[in-house]
Amino acid sequence: METTKLPPTSPSSPTTGFSVPSAEKVDGFPRRSMRRARQRRSHSSSQFRYQSSQVELTPLPLLKDAPVAELHDLFCKKLQQCCVLFDFLDCVADLKGKEIKRAALNELVESVATSRGVLIEPLYPEAIKMISVNIFRTLPPSENPEFDPEEDEPTLEASWPHLQLVYEFFLRFLESPDFQPSMAKRYVDQKFVLQLLELFDSEDPREREYLKTILHRVYGKLLGLRAYIRKQINNIFLRFIYETEHFNGVAELLEILGSIINGFALPLKSEHKQFLVRVLIPLHTAKSLSIFHAQLAYCVVQFMEKDATVTEYVRHTFSVVKGCKSPVMFLGEIEEILDVIEPSQFIRVQEPLFKQISACISSPHFQVAERALYFWNNEYILSLIEENCQVILPLVFATLYRVSKEHWNQTIVSLIYNVLKTFMEMNSKLFDDLTASYKVEKQKEMKRERERTELWRGLEEQQERRLQTLGEASRNQKNLQERGESAQPSSPQTALPEHPDLDLSGAPSTT
Amino acid sequence: MSNPKFKYAPISVFLFPFYNLACGILLCTDGDDSLYPIAVLIDELRNEDVQLRLNSIKKLSTIALALGVERTRTELLPFLTDTIYDEDEVLLALAEQLGNFTMLVGGPEYVHCLLPPLESLATVEETVVRDKAVESLRKISQEHSPVDLEVHFEPLVKRLASGDWFTSRTSACGLFSVCYPRVSSTVKAEIRQHFRTLCSDDTPMVRRAAASKLGEFAKVLELDYVKSDIISLFTALASDEQDSVRLLAVEACVSIATLLPQEDLETLVMPTLRQAAEDKSWRVRYMVADKFSELQKAVGPEITKNDLVPAFQNLLKDCEAEVRAAAANKVKEFCENLPEDSRETIIMTHILPCVKELVSDTNQHVKSALASVIMGLSTILGKDNTVEHLLPLFLAQLKDECPEVRLNIISNLDCVNEVIGIRQLSQSLLPAIVELAEDAKWRVRLAIIEYMPLLAGQLGVEFFDEKLNTLCMAWLIDHVYAIREAATCNLMKLVEKFGAEWAQNTIVPKVLGMANDPNYLHRMTTLFCINSLSEACGQEITTKQMLPVVLKMSNDQVANVRFNVAKSLQKIGPVLDSSALQTEVKPVLEKLATDTDMDVKYFAQEAISGEFSSINVLTE
Repeated sequence: METTKLPPTSPSSPTTGFSVPSAEKVDGFPRRSMRRARQRRSHSSSQFRYQSSQVELTPLPLLKDAPVAELHDLFCKKLQQCCVLFDFLDCVADLKGKEIKRAALNELVESVATSRGVLIEPLYPEAIKMISVNIFRTLPPSENPEFDPEEDEPTLEASWPHLQLVYEFFLRFLESPDFQPSMAKRYVDQKFVLQLLELFDSEDPREREYLKTILHRVYGKLLGLRAYIRKQINNIFLRFIYETEHFNGVAELLEILGSIINGFALPLKSEHKQFLVRVLIPLHTAKSLSIFHAQLAYCVVQFMEKDATVTEYVRHTFSVVKGCKSPVMFLGEIEEILDVIEPSQFIRVQEPLFKQISACISSPHFQVAERALYFWNNEYILSLIEENCQVILPLVFATLYRVSKEHWNQTIVSLIYNVLKTFMEMNSKLFDDLTASYKVEKQKEMKRERERTELWRGLEEQQERRLQTLGEASRNQKNLQERGESAQPSSPQTALPEHPDLDLSGAPSTT
Repeated sequence: MSNPKFKYAPISVFLFPFYNLACGILLCTDGDDSLYPIAVLIDELRNEDVQLRLNSIKKLSTIALALGVERTRTELLPFLTDTIYDEDEVLLALAEQLGNFTMLVGGPEYVHCLLPPLESLATVEETVVRDKAVESLRKISQEHSPVDLEVHFEPLVKRLASGDWFTSRTSACGLFSVCYPRVSSTVKAEIRQHFRTLCSDDTPMVRRAAASKLGEFAKVLELDYVKSDIISLFTALASDEQDSVRLLAVEACVSIATLLPQEDLETLVMPTLRQAAEDKSWRVRYMVADKFSELQKAVGPEITKNDLVPAFQNLLKDCEAEVRAAAANKVKEFCENLPEDSRETIIMTHILPCVKELVSDTNQHVKSALASVIMGLSTILGKDNTVEHLLPLFLAQLKDECPEVRLNIISNLDCVNEVIGIRQLSQSLLPAIVELAEDAKWRVRLAIIEYMPLLAGQLGVEFFDEKLNTLCMAWLIDHVYAIREAATCNLMKLVEKFGAEWAQNTIVPKVLGMANDPNYLHRMTTLFCINSLSEACGQEITTKQMLPVVLKMSNDQVANVRFNVAKSLQKIGPVLDSSALQTEVKPVLEKLATDTDMDVKYFAQEAISGEFSSINVLTE
């Protein structure tokens, strides 16, 4: 491949006269189109480490033609055959082998899905082995180190033609009516599940989709693994939040959790409440929130619907999520929560909530302010506000009043007028009182501000005075030492190196 | 009344050297605290506005100073301990402040008062806050007396190590090594036990923290315990089920191998290291490649010869490009550190064949990593080998399709120059340089410009005039400003190298010629060149050749050119003699000061006040 090289601008003779084409006149320099069409990234793959001696595959008889007595034996042989891995980066390598494996996988899928009595105990270890060999691998480094799931095309798995069938087989295996959890649990163990969870980091959305369904089935059928799965998902999330900020499968894992939460028994165990407070809510602060926000909000609302008292915990949201990178999304989620909140719970959260909302209203970003003001269009929320007008109005009044005078965006100003009007109708007495006291409050605030400045000035002056005393003291001491007298026997001489910046008092005070 | 510098410098800067003395003074000036009741100060730390709260926390030392040491201990610190629930940014500032607070609580004697708030901070979820709290704890641990360390500090470490939530346990990992050397042997045994427990913690976060501190902890342990305890922990962590833990064990491997006597390495460390170099996760192999030089030094020449050479070959041939690139980066260092007696043989028979393959690797990062170090091999292999084996590789890389590879070769030419002289390369060098000079990416062009002075020095003035001069001039009219700017700077460096006479003959006429260009940006480039060349060219050239051109340009119809004339006149003023300034420059600037354009006026006045105020002083 040759790098595209554009002809150089003629260096010696800039265009004579002033006949520069008009389109290029902006800066007088010939413009070259520097943008090249973004190169399509080749679909690389996780590179399997091959068995050193590549076995030649020979086609086996079809499963459907096999006599019943030999069926299981043949099934087993096919599973073993499918443990051979192929190089998919080289798309023409060993085409015959690839085709044999593909056909075998197809047959296995078909057989598990349709015929009864195939899954007998000796096949379990073979099947799980075949699945492990094929799907478990260290995911390759991302082609694009700044991979942005919203903007960039994901790198797709090159071996997908085989991998998909393996996943399909696994899924049919789990869903088969013959599937016996008591046998499977010997092979689908904690180690297996941990590796399965690590695959959720795959960039290929097709793979994550399969993994999601599969993990859900495993969670549903193998009861002994449930606590372990939840714990490992916690670890993945915590690592995502506090260590790497990178994991491709957050949305999928949250989706599974959404339905898991749905099934929690009441009253909620403290483990689950802890999960809400220490994992789900901090997830809101992630940079890539937009990718999994829908699933996350669903999980939080599920908790709310399960047990209304968790509001107390969701209260954290209002303080923790101040660090949220996108307030609009956060406000959307709050509205979803408020939609299902009990009035008695609402009273417990209203104070922090409306402080936060009024902070959003005063945001210079009009979308944020607008989203916050839309709360007043929600009838249920409006009814909650009306009931608690005495508390809420004083919380938001100053902000509304100020922003209505200052905001640059006309839509916001008119939305605020509407909100103010609603409040006036709700409780005109309180509204008038607040309007009257607004000015006084404002002045009080300014006075406080002056006092603060005064305080700090005083503090800093005091600090300087003390430092100066220190400086002088050190000088005195030094003078004393120079005269061979030890001023303070307790302080070793080495503790008093000369400090250039301390030379401040001009004339040293002499003894 | 005081030196203004004081206001802005952190208090600790001044106070630290005066430890004992300062404490005495602070104690005896405790009197004026009535001025500032603690409630007022604490209100500042509780302000509703995060920004104000943050500002107050950042000035916590001022508040503590106002309170005096005793009230800081009895009132301020308990308040801080109780109210640790805030924005992470505030907590971060607090954690940092407390690390420098020893003085403000009354010196080392009372330093343990700082432990409670820092302990809470060390359990916070946010990693940055926690790390800062641990950093501060490590710092103040040094200020504890051995007794206080056992009475106050070590119990804190234990509490953290057995905390419920993973955050406190991860923090504990960083504290073992600072207290271990200074406690009694019973406490030491307990500390070792706690560390062991954390190494097999069931959350991977804690195991990662323990693995990352393993090396540091090994360093403070007695050798017997390194052998009995650390090795088994190391082996366990290096075969953890998560690769994020395993890769941290590789780092620890370096410290551990350094501590052990040579005869124990083979049995205690090497099995694990071999396994890591062939780990199924590329992240672990990458780590091995990345730490290869350190590992090599730690295990010594014999093991290097027997084990590391084949391992290095494998890494250079790894199936993941990331690993190959990391290994390629280490080629020179690895070869340099090979035992002298067999260095050449090993390189020629084992390393060079791999390097040859990497030259045509499919991945450009691998090639450019190699290109950044490959030239260094010539000093190790000497003239003959370089000509025979390396030169073809250099030449191949100079023709690589990826500009970065070519650039990396060119930027390291000096190594080859010392061994075989640059002439061997110059035939291939030129096309490579020309191509880079015209690359479509301006960053590539910028990079090659930066090597021009170096190349000019090595290739000599004749070669330069013949082949490269035109390029240097062409950059002056590049369509990207950064390139034009770099080009002017380049000219200055060239003049410094080749002298004023050379400048007068080759560069100055061309630069001045551009003053008549129809494009005002080119005309401005003339001015920019003059700005940077005048000093290097000296008074005569500046006065006789450059000044007239500048003065003439003061009549330019484009205002940008005119105000740059004013700027240039100010800039070259110091090079001119005072008569030229008075008779030629001054009238022009005065005229520009009455220009219709606001900016021209401004810069002309700037120039007048800047230049002639100093000149007047001189002439008087």
